[in-house]
This record gives sequence, C-alpha cells and structure tokens, in this order.
Amino acid sequence: MRILTLRDLEMAGARGTAALYPSQTKIMVGMATCGLASGAQEVYDALLNEVSRQGVDAVIRQVGCIGWCCKEPLVDVLSPGKPRITYGEITAKRVPKIVEALAQGEIVKEWAIGRLDGDENLIEGTKRSYLADDAQVQVMNQVPLYKEIDLFKDQVRIVMRNCGIIDPRSIDEYIARGGYLALYKALNEMSPEEVIEEITRSGLRGRGGAGFPTGLKWKFTRQSKGDTKYIICNADEGDPGAYMDRSVLEGDPHTVIEGMIIGAYAIGASEGYIYVRAEYPLAIEMLTIAIQQAEEYGLLGQNILGSGMDFQIKLSMGAGAFVCGEETALMASIEGRAGEPRPRPPFPAQSGLWGQPTNINNVETWANVPVIVARGGDWYARIGTETSKGTKVFSLVGKITNNSLIEVPMGITLRQIIYGAGGGIADGREFKAVQTGGPSGGCIPAELIDLPVDYEQLTQAGSIMGSGGMIVLDDRTCMVDLAKYFFTFLKGESCGKCIPCRLGINRMQKILTDITEGRGKEGDIELLEQLAVTVKGASLCGLGQTAPNPVLTTIRYFRDEFEAHIKEKRCPAGVCRELIEYSIDAEKCTGCGRCVRVCPQEAIVGEKKKPHVLDPALCIKCGACYEVCKFGAVVLS
Amino acid sequence: MDASDFSVSDIEDILGHHPYGSDVSLIAVMEELQARYRYLPQDALILLSERLGVPLSQVYSVATFYNVFSLVPRGEHLISVCLGTACHVKGGDKILDKIRRELNLESGDTTEDYRFTVEEVRCLGCCSLSPVVRIDNDTYAHLTQERVPKVLKKYQPATGE
Amino acid sequence: MITLTIDDQKVVAEEGMTILEAAREHGIYIPTLCYHEALKPYGACRLCIVEFADERRGARLVSSCSFPAQDGAVIRTNSPLVLEARRMIIELLLADCPDVKAVRELADELGVEKSQFEPEGEGNDCILCGLCVRACQEIVGVSAISLINRGIEKKVKPPFEIASSVCIGCGTCVFVCPTGAITLEDIGRPRLAHEWHSEFQARPCRVCGDHYLVPESVSDYQELLAEEEPS
Repeated sequence: MRILTLRDLEMAGARGTAALYPSQTKIMVGMATCGLASGAQEVYDALLNEVSRQGVDAVIRQVGCIGWCCKEPLVDVLSPGKPRITYGEITAKRVPKIVEALAQGEIVKEWAIGRLDGDENLIEGTKRSYLADDAQVQVMNQVPLYKEIDLFKDQVRIVMRNCGIIDPRSIDEYIARGGYLALYKALNEMSPEEVIEEITRSGLRGRGGAGFPTGLKWKFTRQSKGDTKYIICNADEGDPGAYMDRSVLEGDPHTVIEGMIIGAYAIGASEGYIYVRAEYPLAIEMLTIAIQQAEEYGLLGQNILGSGMDFQIKLSMGAGAFVCGEETALMASIEGRAGEPRPRPPFPAQSGLWGQPTNINNVETWANVPVIVARGGDWYARIGTETSKGTKVFSLVGKITNNSLIEVPMGITLRQIIYGAGGGIADGREFKAVQTGGPSGGCIPAELIDLPVDYEQLTQAGSIMGSGGMIVLDDRTCMVDLAKYFFTFLKGESCGKCIPCRLGINRMQKILTDITEGRGKEGDIELLEQLAVTVKGASLCGLGQTAPNPVLTTIRYFRDEFEAHIKEKRCPAGVCRELIEYSIDAEKCTGCGRCVRVCPQEAIVGEKKKPHVLDPALCIKCGACYEVCKFGAVVLS
Repeated sequence: MDASDFSVSDIEDILGHHPYGSDVSLIAVMEELQARYRYLPQDALILLSERLGVPLSQVYSVATFYNVFSLVPRGEHLISVCLGTACHVKGGDKILDKIRRELNLESGDTTEDYRFTVEEVRCLGCCSLSPVVRIDNDTYAHLTQERVPKVLKKYQPATGE
Repeated sequence: MITLTIDDQKVVAEEGMTILEAAREHGIYIPTLCYHEALKPYGACRLCIVEFADERRGARLVSSCSFPAQDGAVIRTNSPLVLEARRMIIELLLADCPDVKAVRELADELGVEKSQFEPEGEGNDCILCGLCVRACQEIVGVSAISLINRGIEKKVKPPFEIASSVCIGCGTCVFVCPTGAITLEDIGRPRLAHEWHSEFQARPCRVCGDHYLVPESVSDYQELLAEEEPS
C-alpha cells in the first residue's frame, strides 16, 4: 500500500503510535550488536518465557541502541501512565524477578538505572508525557531521571533521536515519530534549490571526518552535468574505535534512507547506494528490511509521494578494506574493482560513479537531514559553535568509566566529555590523553582538557574530528606503542598504489617497531618527522596524507616517552614487551596460586599460601598472571 | 578440503537470486561464494569472469585485494579477533596470542584439522565491550585470557578430538 | 585558452589540459615514472608533484599528471617543498629497487647519492608504476595482467600467477615498462614471457625465416582489422 498523501502518512503513523504506546506494558530489549554481544538474546528469550509463564499482560519488543553501552544488556519497561524505567546489566537469571515486580505494578529498584518521564518528537517539535497518575510513581521517582545522570546530562539526541525508542524493523513506528514528514515537506513545499539552501543555512558539515560543508557539496553536484546522478551513503565506518554509524543503521535505518531521498531530490539523482562494510551484518539486515518497507510504501521507487520523482537505493557491500572509506576507493569498489583511490580533481561531484556526478555523505550526515528540513536550518544552527554547527556522535571508549556512545553539541569541552558524560578515568587511574579521529587523527594530551571540541579546535591541536572516535588513554598506555599500532594498521590497509604511502608508512612502522623493541637510535625522531613531511604532502589520498598524524602528535606532546624508549630502552607505561619485566611482589602475594594455573610457560613456582616467584627467563610476557591476580601482586617494571 | 565441492549450478543459483537482477555486483557474488565454500575456488572465479563478462585479471585482483576473500580453504569456524584501537588498548593482542597458543597455531592461520581459522580484524564496532572476539555469528565481549579455553570448547565436538 | 604561471613563466594552455601537458608544451621539465601520454593518468609515482598555491588550503603538492591546468593558477615545479618530497620518494624507491637504472638516473638528477634506508629483500625491478597493466587494458584491450594484493605485497601478475589464457604475447607491456622488469625472450621458436609464466610458439617469417610472429597476436590484429572494415 503506497503512501501518497499526508493522510496516508498519518494513518501509518497512527499504527506506529499504537505500537509505540500500547495499552499494556511494553518491555523493550536493546538488541543492537552491543546488546547481542552482551547476552541480550538470552534475556529476550527469558522474558518471552517468563511473561508467558507468569501470565503477565505485556508485549516484548526489540529496539536498537538505548544509549547506555556499558550497562548492556538493557531492558526497558514502559507501563501505561508510568515513567519508562531502564534496567541495566540484566541477565536471563534476573528476568523472573523483573517480571514478578512488573506484574505487581512495581519495579526492582536495585537494577533500575534510569527513568524517562516522557519523550520528544524532534521532527514535529512536540513532547509527550508518559505520566498519568503521579501518586502511583513514588518508588519510581527514586530512580534518577536521564537528564540528571552524568552520562546523559549534556547530550542532545538529534541523530540518535529514535534509537532505543522505536523498533528499527517498524517503518510505522518511524513514521509515528515524524518520519517521512520532512520528505513530504521537501517534495510538496520546497524546490530542490530551497532544500539545498536550508542545508547550507544549517551549517551541517560532513560527519565522516573531513567536515566539508554539506550544502556546498550538494550544490556542486546539482550544478554538474550528467545523464544519471548518484547519491552514496558511506557506511564503511572503518576507524577502529568508532561505532556510531553502526548504531544508527541498526537502531534507526529509516533516518538515513529519508535523508538520502531528500538529498536525491535536491541534487537530481535517480540512484543511490549505501556502501556498508562487511563487518556489520546486523546493519545490513536492518537496511535490507527498511529499504524493502520504504519501497512497499512507495517512498522509494517511482513517482515518490506522487511527486514524479524516481529514486531507488541499492546496498553495496564492503569486503574488508579500510581504504574503501575514501570516496574514490569506495566508488571503485562499487564498480567491482579493487579499492584503489584516484587523484582528485576531478571530484565525485563532477565525475564519480561510472563518471557521473555523485554526492557522497556519511551515515551521520544523512541522519541529520530530515531534522534540518523539518525544523529549518536556522534551528539547527543555534546548536554548536560559530564554525561547527549541530551535534556530533562520539564513541567514548578506552580507559573511561562510561564506555558509551554520546551525542553532544559541538563546542562542549573535553573536560565535560571525559569527567561529565564519561564519568572520569576507569579504575581510578590518571588521564593521559584522548585519541580522536582514528588513524587519521592524533592525541590530545591532558593539559588541553579544556579544549572545546569542534572541527577547527581539534585541527589546531594537531588532531582531527574524524568520524568521532574518542579513545581515552591512561597512564598505563604507551604513546609510542600506540603510534606503532596505528602504523601497523595503516601498513596493512594501504592499497599500495602510491610510493609515499606504500613505502613511507612501511619505513615509519619499522622505525617505531625498532623503538618499541629497544633498538631505537639517535635521529629516529628526526627521521620520522622527515618521512612524515613527504607521506603527508605527497600521498595520493587521505589515508596516506593523514597517516603521520598520530605519530606527529605523540612526538609533539610526549617526546619524553620517545626519548625514554630510545635512550634508556625503557617503557614508562609498562607496555612494550621487550622493555618490561613481570615479577611478583612478595609482600602482596598471598600464595593463592591462581597465576600458576594460567601461566602457559610454568614460569611461576611457590608453595601454597607462601609468596610465589616468577622466573623471567621462562616468561613470555603474556600477561595472564597480571590479569588474574586479585591482590595486585604481579608488577610490571 | 575438497575443491570439487564447487559446482557450476551454484554460480547460476547465486546469479539467479541476486536482488538486483541483471545489474549484478561482482563483489556481492564473490562474497556469496566465499560464504558458501569458505574460500574462492579457482574454477568458480573463472566461470564468474565468463558469466559476468569481467576480465579474469580484474576478478583475481579483487579476490586478492579484500580481506574477506580467501583463495585457500578456511577452517569451519572463523575466529575474528578484534584489534581495533579500543580493543588494542585493553589488551586485544594478548587475547590473540592466547587463542593461537590454545590452538597450537605457530605460523599460518588455520588449524591442521581445518576446524578453526584465526584472523585479525580492525574493528568490529563493539568498542565499548573491548576486548572483543567474534566466532562465526557469535560475538564475545569483555574477553579475558582465562575465558578463552571455555569459549573455544563450544566449537569443538563433545567427544573431543 | 587559459593562462597559468609555472615557475614565474606565463603559460598559455588549452582548456582540459593537465599541468604536466601544459608544462611539456612549453619545454618545462617535470620528472615522471608512471606517466605515458597514450594512457590515462594514474598518479602513483608522485614524482610529478608540483606546488600549487591553493586559495583555501595554502600551498600544497598536487600530481601534475592529473591536476587540471586552471586559469590563474600559480605553480612551482622545483620549490624546496617539491624537491624535499621528490628526494624522499626517490630514496624510498632506491631502497626498494636498488638495481633499477631509471631510478638511479632520477636519483642522480635530484642530487640523491644514496638512500638512507636499508635495502629490503632481493633486488626487485618492478616499481609498480602500473604502465604494463594499464597498457594491456587500455590499448591492447585484453587485460591479461593486473595489480594483485594490497600494500607492500602488491605486485603485477596474471590471474592465479599462472599463464594467462588471454595474453597474446604482443610485448606491449615490455615496451612501456620503464625499468626493464618485464622480459620477452625469443629462443628460436618459443617466445617466453618469464614474468607472466607464459610460452608462445612463434611462426617463422616467410621471407627471412626468423620466428617472431605469435599466432595469438595475429588473431587479435585480424579481429581488430575486421572490426574496422565497413560493414
């Protein structure tokens, strides 16, 4: 059944609303990849069983990323008239108690971590309260409201607006929350030029990393001459440490699709591709379903919403190559070739897929489009800084207490992110630096913690915004090892076409390997800097051009660590295997023997309840003993 | 590993089921072949080149460029150890070493009995759960060296090998 | 017609030309290794880089073989930035391919006596310029060879590293190769393409008796001629 009129959309929306807010209790389980990896399937199955066994009148739904990644598996309960309660770290064993409580109109307070009294429909600018009768919710009021919780206080969820709220497999639920209203508005009330104008006014910049003004890119592509124009969504999220695109695709695929259709209208494109990396099978599944649903509703295909516009989207799969995140390599891959970039100009806007004008944007960029078209560019531009408008989704991971995705306005400081949302450094350790922008970025040291996060500020500090990965490092992270890690990664991912990248990165990686293994020599730092100039300046594509960034920032801010490795053959953080030694502190060792059991080399000996001894000659430095010791008796020197 | 597992009708089957009809993507078809046989048989690639009208040299260059493809048979279970930045910083390389030791893999990535192939990936996108390892369709979060033997046992037959 | 400035010299060029083409027409020398006028620009060797004064991004290096000549552009072919990068590229290449004459000559030209890097592995003659692959694809049209693998493992080979079923033994790859890394050896009747693991049986010339005509090439030329005939 095709959607042609506003009335049709409203009817689908009504169905969605009924599903979102049913008359009985709705239990939601976060079942994106993180949830599933933490055991959400077992929890979901247990819930189905228990609800049936206890004869409770409740429906159980699957939702995407609820946003509290470190507390997975997450189970949310929404009873009519009551606040939505989030339960964290739920196992199948805990399910019966939750269902029992629910049957009695109560909650299990010790597992309840958050409460929502209502939600917001960002597209229509309306709010909905969940509450009917205040008196009944006293116990629930003891559960902290999301907006009072550090992790969520500063967040503004535009891109993630539907994640964790809708079932990503339900187009009706997407429509219930204002979905496809922006498309309707664009096709019926705006000209393509007006759409581009709105995007330009919003100040939206490419969220994939380069930060190129989106409106400008659309304008160039619209102005280019070609028989067929293409739209591409770059879902090849290859930066290690970044998973925001995956979460959007798994939790709310239609926001990307709607964004692309609006973009196709603005640019005059008739075909679109979503290039998804092979490592994201669930995202591929969600997109396949969503595209099919959109086609069934006539929102994709011919004569969309009766406007005469034709547009179809195909899925194209990556096959395990980081370089295919680079736009010309990505297009080569869609064309069925090896992912070798080519020189630009010509830019894809002039000559892209099969030589035709092509507009490529990242997942997060597309996800912003419906909201901007619905609420207006000026509304969007009020968020963020002078040069960097809107919000950014960051993956805050590493040595931080709250490992999670966060969506915050541009301009928020690193301090607010790390000590606010992040909850500070994990295990009470010391904050050392944060790596941003993945292998193309750099590290920002602790002394720059008050840096506001936007495109220009990060670039000036020597790093880049990149796709939004923020890897927090503590005093136990070796910055030299990290620089080597990035070069090892890039060496394996370089397509090998151009000399500076293929041969230059190889040499830089070798030098860093020598340094981390105790073979560093005087002049190594200078040689790295010298090579960096050529690799940065002369490489064909962005991979090579940004490859030296991590090592350049670590030399800039942590030169002393380099010098310790080179001159003293010492690793201050205790990481580089050739430069450290494991031993047992006799004063702390209780002789429990756990380490002996896990040692693959039988390098630890000792009598029960007496301090044990580690033989460094046999030790292969696997770290298993360090991992299991509960007394901190295994030390690194 | 019996290379004669490949049959001509399989290619026709894959091409016939392609969602985009005649506008077939070479890489998508190759990924299906890889999934079916756990590697890309030479004959299959030659046939594919003929059917799609794509030079064999291009097919071969694609087969050797991308990580997903293997020209030699892979084990029954694919162990993907994530060595993304978050996993690296939380000791992912130690988990990889532990897995390789458990499976007696000195060099090479596939066990002699073709039960397991171990590969490094960067990254699986589960960064808040690092270190992460994926075996076939199962993802294991917050993995420790201690838990590795138990996890591997799930993929070994009950009677033991 | 457009006007740009190369090394302080005003250069008039046609719309659609690259910086390299414009420079060459005016006798301005820019070194290249992977460029051939009969083939599409590839941009792999990066030796042809020149300094381009970009309004938005400041001075940056671009490959002149592919970058379009733009009206009003200011280009430097030998600035310190350019020379530093070119020298480093040659040093890297020299360490990778120490026995290649063309690389040695370029190094001398750039004033690089020796590479500061340790040579890697055995004497390797292929600089991965891709000219052979591109000629086989764009001019000969059989695509018998391709670039395989990725990164430092990259090399040029026929599929599965065995004799190609489509190679016509024409020797175009030998002709375009700048380093002599590809060899076609005629030993009496057999013609051996060593790097491509192929062997052809050449036919003798009716006049002089030498064996040099490979049947596979002949069929290919015959097909081409047939196509050109008016139907």
